Amino acid sequence: MTPAMPEASAPARLTEERWRCAHPALSIAALHAVSLFAVDPVGTGGVVIRALPGPARDGWLQCLNSLLPQGTPLRRVPLHINDERLLGGLDLAATLQAGRPVAQQGVLTLADGGIVLLAMAERLAPATAARLAAVLDTQEVALARDGLATRHATRFGVIALDEGLDDDERVAPALLDRLAFSIDLHPLIDGAGTGGEDQRALDQDLADTPIWTAADIASARALLPQVEVSEEIVSALVSTALALGVASLRAPLLALRVARASAALDGRVHVTDDDARLAAALVLAPRATQVPTPPTEPPPDDEDPPEPPQPEEAPDTPPEEPAEPPPQGDDESLQDEETPEPPPVGDLEDRVLDAAQAAIPAGLLAALMSGQDRRASAQASGRAGAVQQGQKRGRPSGARRGEPRAGARLNVIETLRAAAPWQKIRHAEVERARALDDAPPRARVAAKSSAVHPSRARVQVRRDDFHVTRFKQRSATTTLFVVDASGSSALNRLAEAKGAVELLLADCYVRRDQVAVLAFRGKGCELLLPPTRSLVRAKRSLAGLPGGGGTPLASGIDAAAALAASIARRGETPIVVLLTDGRGNVARDGSPGRARAGEDVQLAARQFRTASVRALLIDTSPQPQAAARQLAHEMGASYLPLPYAGATALSQAVALATKSVSTAPAASR
Amino acid sequence: MSVQFPFSAIVGQDEMKLAILIAAVDPSVGGVLVFGDRGTGKSTAVRALAAMLPKMRAVTGCRYHCDPEAGGSACEDCRALKLAGKPVKSHLMPVPVVDLPLGATEDRVVGALDLERALSQGVKAYEPGLLARANRGFLYIDEVNLLEDHLVDLLIDVAASGENVVEREGLSVRHPARFVLVGSGNPEEGELRPQLLDRFGLSVEVKTPTDLPSRIEVVRRRDQFERDPAGFTEKWKKEDERVRRSIVKGKSHIAEVAVPDAALERAAQLCMALGTDGLRGELTLIRAARALAALQGAAAVGDEHLKRVAPPALRHRLRRNPLDDAGSTVRVDRAVAELFGA
Repeated sequence: MTPAMPEASAPARLTEERWRCAHPALSIAALHAVSLFAVDPVGTGGVVIRALPGPARDGWLQCLNSLLPQGTPLRRVPLHINDERLLGGLDLAATLQAGRPVAQQGVLTLADGGIVLLAMAERLAPATAARLAAVLDTQEVALARDGLATRHATRFGVIALDEGLDDDERVAPALLDRLAFSIDLHPLIDGAGTGGEDQRALDQDLADTPIWTAADIASARALLPQVEVSEEIVSALVSTALALGVASLRAPLLALRVARASAALDGRVHVTDDDARLAAALVLAPRATQVPTPPTEPPPDDEDPPEPPQPEEAPDTPPEEPAEPPPQGDDESLQDEETPEPPPVGDLEDRVLDAAQAAIPAGLLAALMSGQDRRASAQASGRAGAVQQGQKRGRPSGARRGEPRAGARLNVIETLRAAAPWQKIRHAEVERARALDDAPPRARVAAKSSAVHPSRARVQVRRDDFHVTRFKQRSATTTLFVVDASGSSALNRLAEAKGAVELLLADCYVRRDQVAVLAFRGKGCELLLPPTRSLVRAKRSLAGLPGGGGTPLASGIDAAAALAASIARRGETPIVVLLTDGRGNVARDGSPGRARAGEDVQLAARQFRTASVRALLIDTSPQPQAAARQLAHEMGASYLPLPYAGATALSQAVALATKSVSTAPAASR
Repeated sequence: MSVQFPFSAIVGQDEMKLAILIAAVDPSVGGVLVFGDRGTGKSTAVRALAAMLPKMRAVTGCRYHCDPEAGGSACEDCRALKLAGKPVKSHLMPVPVVDLPLGATEDRVVGALDLERALSQGVKAYEPGLLARANRGFLYIDEVNLLEDHLVDLLIDVAASGENVVEREGLSVRHPARFVLVGSGNPEEGELRPQLLDRFGLSVEVKTPTDLPSRIEVVRRRDQFERDPAGFTEKWKKEDERVRRSIVKGKSHIAEVAVPDAALERAAQLCMALGTDGLRGELTLIRAARALAALQGAAAVGDEHLKRVAPPALRHRLRRNPLDDAGSTVRVDRAVAELFGA
């Protein structure tokens, strides 16, 4: 990027002033994102802004507004928008008035050429996210509702306002995958902590970042179609994505478009390394699920594709699954074509990778290590409390045909909507019935029964039209903590594990979940606390938990499965959180011996898996263990190594037991 | 939407492409389910299929585009026409590939009162819905696991009976609705009910390619396509044409493909070894193998065909086994290896 433009025009300076007044430390990423998104809202898909409502977010949006061409539509989508408003449908009032079907366009159609703003995007229902994703993919709204079947082309960019605080409050992955930028304005709010040196460096960076004007954006848009990308850049972006463990192929594609936008913004028709680096930092780094292995292996042109992803992907994809042969075959044939290329690529690749790596905040490395699992576990708890359909309480989730019987509630609007098309026909029938009134009495009876009170009713509603509202309700969730209190665990990190549980308990409190605690050590497993809402008791029972003895892991898993089954029978949704190092040494019958115990554990884990209970395994061993990961896989559980405080931190932790315990896991949140 | 990404330009994902081609050659295999990671070209492949299918002959003026040759399976109008002994006019039309949009309401799926005519002229007339449009073609449901339950039930019912029945206040319509159900989804969004799972003949698991060159190729082709859709499609026209020819050949050839007793026995053995429920697995396995043989121009179904189609035909029909939970694909592969001697 060029340094600040020498003679920044007046409006540009104004924007900058306003910008910097509002939030002196707005991250560079946010600044870049705003201009690049403005250049190509459709191509880049959109921006996820993770921030609470406040000046930082407002400032960002304002800045975007000043960059977009005049009159760009900006449509706000409220959280619980229904399909009819989102996609379009029959305009009931107008239809009845006009006597012909009048369609009403949905927000997504109206937003054509502009921006869709999603409020509270972290709570967006997966179904709504899927609709948005479908429209983003096909660039048209295909409507098949209320007797209408239309298609409207629409192209827009999405801004998802993510107000989530916790890791399990995230924008639906289907949507996240399609939006290029992800900026986090959270740190700025409590940004006082960033401190002097960082602050100064940031300010310097900020001064170097050119502030664009709407005119710049307009000319960049005009230039965009001509921007060329070399093969090397494409390869570099793709391999960077791979090195960062970004599985989806949309990510490098979006990065490519961002790189294009960056070049266009700079008035160039060729994408340079700088553009690629910027794109990698903006698009790929926030998606990283692993820290790339240090650039010790610069010859990436070997045939071995063992690249990093394997270990990180493990929880989802069984490791023993053979890599499918087809792509392998492709691999070879492609390599044949492209042998002359790699050497220069490797170099550029490294630089792009470095840029992406630099964009990963150092403190978050540990969190990134488990990023994938974290998200998966978040999924688990988010969806838990399995949604029960067809309830009479809960959140309305659309309507269906049916009669308001057995407590079902009539949906008046939907009923009217269903009745609307029939009005003319029914009125004609009524007229005929009236005419029959003068006819012999027998006919009159027949007419009466077919149309009750044909009288003067404006709108004729019949039984067939009735629609009832459907409700969705989440059933209560019971979180089951299964704690390994054996000697090996006590030695290692029982205290930390307890701390982690306390943090999780706080989460349960927020969600009004029930909790239960099981502990296993010595010869068997005992139920410390039957399912309860009293979190205080849970805490107490944990605090008093002694450590020591063998590890009857199999018994622990068995007991967890049994309790989970009984919870499920009560109509509640169990979630099992197992804290262990994954090394059992006491068999089911209480006899010691690692081999027998290991077999039992495997069996127990598989049996557990068939119950398909959501589970999370927290690895409490000093170093993340292959055994624990394997166990998590066997159990169908998400795997999460307890972030390690580091050797020095741990020794301090012995003294400050409780304190470091609660901060160690907190650091990763 | 106007120009679709060419089918043959999709990198890798051979199993998915094969399953779709098999369904195109022999619709009776009964639907394809594509489950897998995001951004692996699931929707792209299905939507690209429309351009690949050879045109079909349909009765002119028939709302359900009936086959002029069809007897009992034709709609009432066409049957009446035939009984009257009138000459039936027909024309060539593209095989419909109908996208079931998310948020579709029941009335648009099964068909309902013709709004326009009801409101303006006060006439009760039936307006066919998506099921009618999909007759003799494909019905594609993206994010099938997010579909409303009552719609899922309805689709299962129609797909099984091949007929759509609408009964509503003086409207009584039944029309043929024979289509290949193609569903795609992401397992993260939720599992599919076993009943629905079983309705799909073939089930494909797609994964993002993990090797660098094919990933680069995917991004490169996609980028080229977006820059110049027309030019890119033109470039792949020849390839697409080749695939289309193989479908045509397969369709005409399939009746002649012999299914020797040995192959039937193999299929039965395989299903027994895996303990699949019901006979649907065997039937699908044989049909898919026959379609594959037809695609390849083979005279008879052989072991290699069975081997290739066994995973997609069987992996979603396995019972969960507490003692062996290696993942259904692995289990099928293992059973195949044992039976066919690797």
